[in-house]
Amino acid sequence: MSGLGVDGLRMFKKILIANRGEIAVRVIRACREIGISTVAVYSEIDRAALHVRKADEAYPIGPAPASESYLRMDKILDVARRSGAEAIHPGYGFLSENAKFAKACVEAGIKFIGPTAHSMEMMGSKTRARQHMEKAGIPFVPGTARGLTSPEEAEKVAEQVGYPVMLKAAAGGGGKGMRLVHTPQELRSALESAQSEAQRSFGDSEVYIEKAIINPRHIEMQVLADEHGNTVWLGERECSIQRRHQKVLEEAPSPIVDPDMRRRMGEVAVRVAQAANYTNAGTIEFLVDQQKNFYFLEMNTRLQVEHPVTELTTGLDLVHLQIRIAAGEKLPFSQSDVTIRGHAIECRIYAEDPDNSYFPSPGKITVLLQPSGPGIRRDSGMYEGWNVPMDYDPLLAKLIGYGTDRPQAIQRLQRALYEYFVAGIKTNISLFRRILRDGDFQAGKLDTGFLDRLLTKSDPDIAARAPEPRIAAIAAGMFAVLDPTSSASSSRRNGNAADMVPACSSWKQKGRAEALR
Amino acid sequence: MLELEAERTRGSAALTLMVYDVIVGGIAHRLELEKSDSGWKCQLDGKEVHVDAVLPRRDVLSLLVDGHAFEVKREQTATDLHMWVGSTRFAVEIRDPRSLRSRKGGVVDEKGPRKILAPMPGRVVRLLVAEQAEVEAGQGIVVVEAMKMQNEIKSPKKGIVKKIVAAAGVAINAGDVLAIVE
Repeated sequence: MSGLGVDGLRMFKKILIANRGEIAVRVIRACREIGISTVAVYSEIDRAALHVRKADEAYPIGPAPASESYLRMDKILDVARRSGAEAIHPGYGFLSENAKFAKACVEAGIKFIGPTAHSMEMMGSKTRARQHMEKAGIPFVPGTARGLTSPEEAEKVAEQVGYPVMLKAAAGGGGKGMRLVHTPQELRSALESAQSEAQRSFGDSEVYIEKAIINPRHIEMQVLADEHGNTVWLGERECSIQRRHQKVLEEAPSPIVDPDMRRRMGEVAVRVAQAANYTNAGTIEFLVDQQKNFYFLEMNTRLQVEHPVTELTTGLDLVHLQIRIAAGEKLPFSQSDVTIRGHAIECRIYAEDPDNSYFPSPGKITVLLQPSGPGIRRDSGMYEGWNVPMDYDPLLAKLIGYGTDRPQAIQRLQRALYEYFVAGIKTNISLFRRILRDGDFQAGKLDTGFLDRLLTKSDPDIAARAPEPRIAAIAAGMFAVLDPTSSASSSRRNGNAADMVPACSSWKQKGRAEALR
Repeated sequence: MLELEAERTRGSAALTLMVYDVIVGGIAHRLELEKSDSGWKCQLDGKEVHVDAVLPRRDVLSLLVDGHAFEVKREQTATDLHMWVGSTRFAVEIRDPRSLRSRKGGVVDEKGPRKILAPMPGRVVRLLVAEQAEVEAGQGIVVVEAMKMQNEIKSPKKGIVKKIVAAAGVAINAGDVLAIVE
């Protein structure tokens, strides 16, 4: 292994993290571990955010809306220059896959920790990526590599690949601009609505067509490439548990991938990365059908939210490696050194209300009890007393369970979820309890429709698992006696909220006041 | 009978017997707690239970009931009081039986105008209906964006949209009136 400095290279002294939330904290921690000082940036509403508290330096970059702060390249580069940061880690989201930003960093003489603008541009558009990858012999779902020019063309292509087909926005992501079409009669109106949604969401109405794979799995492969031509794969992540096309739970390895399939997927992923002259950490997403055929879907040119499951099963620290690669080091290991050991599962803890269609639930965290113990990793951006702003993604934290095998990882996560408690805002913690005790989940029978099916099922176990309500009754009384300063004291009038909860945020009180009018 | 026994002076250390009506999941329980030298004497629905409780921090209770240990968390929202026993949530109402008052507010009137309130802070993205439109229960009225998610706020009843207060692009707080359906 070549240590730092062996190649005659100088490690960065200072890195700016152009992000917020748990990922900014994650990168700050990695920097502290390897002796690099950190510069945080924050919007007005994020002054008290955890990443600002954890960094060595922090500078404001504008008002709460991301377009006026975390997406402002000029302001971020200005902070980097003034603070003397030599590199910028973009995290995920925000500017992480913005080729213009990567280019602007180069022009400013600041290292962008990620791929080059050129690689990003090549992989950024799904249709352009497809054209390049088809040349490299990468397996694709049958369909068009180009945007559709007319409804007639759409009909022709759909006929060729066979219904059902999927319409997808070329610039898309997150399920926007996607339509599943079962019959030729639905095609035209679906195309129109997909195009207008793509235009609204991405400023680009280009839509292409693919054969729809029913109940596919979504499995992705992590790759890492240095700037000396070495590219390795680090194993797959199963990401089939999704809601509205957003990942909710991920695991490594996938329950259905055996060593041979892993090697084949890994080799394809490395070919994709090499065809794009890719450097740094990246992820190749595949759709996998019921016969375990895998098809290239897209490449994510950034560190992924779910990178910890790969870290736990490979024993590698991807953020350390990203930084070392950006500093010009060679990969300190080769493909044959990579081994997959144990099993890891990640739960994305979101601020959303499971009892109210998973609506976002910003607000003040009044109580936070966090799990720890064997096999539990928690990457969190929240703390008790913090006000979760409404302006950003609802991801609060990631809870990751690791075990010798999948059953043990599940057991440890179940134990940790039992310990996890967040009050003041709503979270989806209860959803993970449901997923983890589901028979199909435990059997590894997963596909992208899993969660929608689970949510339409009733939850028959609830009554059976509930401890006696009398415990709740006794507890309510004991709270009233022991902690009478709050609303649970005996002075509370039945159900009237007007005199309650000093800790409650003003918007909730306002909401209540309105409701009572 | 309870009135006679109860000797409650809030805010002083001299409390001896506390009596509560606690409603859990629609079922009322009578809870009597009496401070004794060695802890608490507890009667639940007339039955004696051995209880010990410590409050290690605000809103968290370590409760021992006949030797069984429970960690109970208290969560108060603007409208509800919840007890989390382990990871199970119970909606709880607790009242002092001697200060019963008539319930006010919170009654949902199916007839008459209904205000559609913003369930969370956010920004109005667009309106889905116009004033005077006829809507079904569950039909989307406005789209509100918060935390990068667009959410349809639906009509609680079938009726006519009397008034739309919301306007596209406007920032709103939770509880703001978005529209009125009658």
